[in-house]
Amino acid sequence: MRSRPWQGLSVPLSSPGRTSEMGPIAMIVDEVRRHNRDGILEIKEAHERGTPIIGTYCGYMPWEIIDAAGAIAVSLCAKSEEAIPAAEEHLPRNLCPLVKSSYGHALRGTCPYFHFCDLIVAETTCDGKKKMYELMDRIKPVHLVQIPQRPDRPEDFALMKSEFNRVRQRLEDLTGRAITDEALGTSMALRNRERRSLRILWELSRRKNPPLTGCEIQEITDYIQFRFDKEKAIAWLEATTEALSQATPERDLSARPRILVTGCPIGGVMKTLEVLEETGALVVCFENCSGQKESLRPVEEGVDVMDALAEKYLAIGCSVMSPNPHRMEGLKRLIGEYDVDGVVEIVLTACHTYAVEGYSVRELVHSLGKSYLSIETDYSSGDREQLATRMGAFVEMF
Amino acid sequence: MGAKGVLFDGSIAASALVPTGWDMKETARSLLSSLVGKGEASIPPLVATGYGRKSVDGAHRTVTEITCHAKGVRFLDGRTRTVLDIGGQDSKVIRLDPSGNVVDFTMNDRCAAGTGRFLQMMAQRLDFSLDEVKTLAADGEVQPLTSMCAVFAETEVVTHIARGVPQETLLRGILQAIASRAAAMVAKAGLAEPLFFSGGLSRIDSLAVLIGRELKTEVTVHEKSPLAGALGAALIAWEDL
Repeated sequence: MRSRPWQGLSVPLSSPGRTSEMGPIAMIVDEVRRHNRDGILEIKEAHERGTPIIGTYCGYMPWEIIDAAGAIAVSLCAKSEEAIPAAEEHLPRNLCPLVKSSYGHALRGTCPYFHFCDLIVAETTCDGKKKMYELMDRIKPVHLVQIPQRPDRPEDFALMKSEFNRVRQRLEDLTGRAITDEALGTSMALRNRERRSLRILWELSRRKNPPLTGCEIQEITDYIQFRFDKEKAIAWLEATTEALSQATPERDLSARPRILVTGCPIGGVMKTLEVLEETGALVVCFENCSGQKESLRPVEEGVDVMDALAEKYLAIGCSVMSPNPHRMEGLKRLIGEYDVDGVVEIVLTACHTYAVEGYSVRELVHSLGKSYLSIETDYSSGDREQLATRMGAFVEMF
Repeated sequence: MGAKGVLFDGSIAASALVPTGWDMKETARSLLSSLVGKGEASIPPLVATGYGRKSVDGAHRTVTEITCHAKGVRFLDGRTRTVLDIGGQDSKVIRLDPSGNVVDFTMNDRCAAGTGRFLQMMAQRLDFSLDEVKTLAADGEVQPLTSMCAVFAETEVVTHIARGVPQETLLRGILQAIASRAAAMVAKAGLAEPLFFSGGLSRIDSLAVLIGRELKTEVTVHEKSPLAGALGAALIAWEDL
């Protein structure tokens, strides 16, 4: 072992759950699990120091502008089923669980991050979200970014850029100080370094016998998202990736079918990953919101900062875009790079754009000679057995 | 709803069907003893499938019903490339390659629409027994049904009864609705011919005819198809020997 990244986390040596038999990979995963709630404390302290906290819900949010404003961007709660009944007092039942959960947490005050927010920067992505934000604005101010519906024409680019300029202006008004191009350049470089480090971590799964399961990758990715001192987080991530890269794998995962997961955000349906890997698959790549969809493409440095930001974010392959070539290109590339056997698409109930686009994704995956499975699910746990049947049958196909 | 078992020794040596009941472990035990006899000292290689697959003591492995069903159907008709299965509570389409391997499947198990339970509810409303449904001719007057939700369709049927629409006309409308939905499911998965229709509803000849018309294809049915899942599991156990 050349590096011991977990030492930087000030963990008591005799913490419960850790056993002396743990290998280096298991120890890293264990550390992450025990620290994955630390972000709340960081935000509370930052809030008390007077740092503006900006709540966000989506990958289209231009993180660099928030960071350059001297504020902290934090992804707000949208993953738990408990928040849904409260949301249904105002929202229709047959709406995406992520939209309902976001709103329910806000309404009931059960998201600690939401509590500390000064402003929410949200986007007009799907219909459910944009209409929900109108109601959320009554609880806390929401700055709604108008996202174009196409990624490819000059007028789409112009709209994206002007919307990002508005975000910049709104944050300047909030903090009372100007956001310089220089500060934006620094934030862009920092965020690009984080994207790059995450990609290097994820690329460990290109190996025949990866050190991490898909569930574990997701936990580490999630953990990084809630570390707000990015310099420290990147250093930790780089050291951890190096340690994982050097460690002798404690398990043999090489015989498992290699799966790419695509579709809706999966934070609220981790059951799908758990069941998929329990039935014998190995998730090697995530092409969804918290995975490669946002990080595949960095912001171009050394050109006009607002141009670079507009261009980068406009290229995110979300299914709200029509047409959505960037998703198909990204999928094709990742299926090859990660030597994928099959693609599992997770569609949250009532997410129309992903549900419809699934038809084209299925065609693409089949045209590459790979298998495809679409799973529709929500935040309830009642369908675990049904998921096990579908995913089990999918795994039996290989 | 029932639990099924097949004993296989190169051909189907025995088969059994018992009600699923409350205690799946007990159901599996009684099914097994009716297949191999109570006094049997050793249980042959056993593969468990279906929703209760984890409740079967003594199973040497479990395989999902998709894989087993495909295997069983191919035994009954070796030419099959697409399986449409409509059971009591779910429906599925399985597409096979020329050698019989599963290459794609879709399932509906979150909604009663178009399943055996749906038909049962509607037939009850019309005072038909399931045996009477089986004898209904495919051709004749049809009252189209616009709602496929089991609850709302019942309301619609009641409205038509009140208007004096004949029972048979209504029943044919219900079967047509099930056939249209099943055909759409097959089309979405991509029909490779020949099509094999299995599950409890495959016993209704007129439904098979209507599905064939919708898809413009020949539909194969088999009297043993309700056993296909258990048969497939037995075939896998036989291969494991």
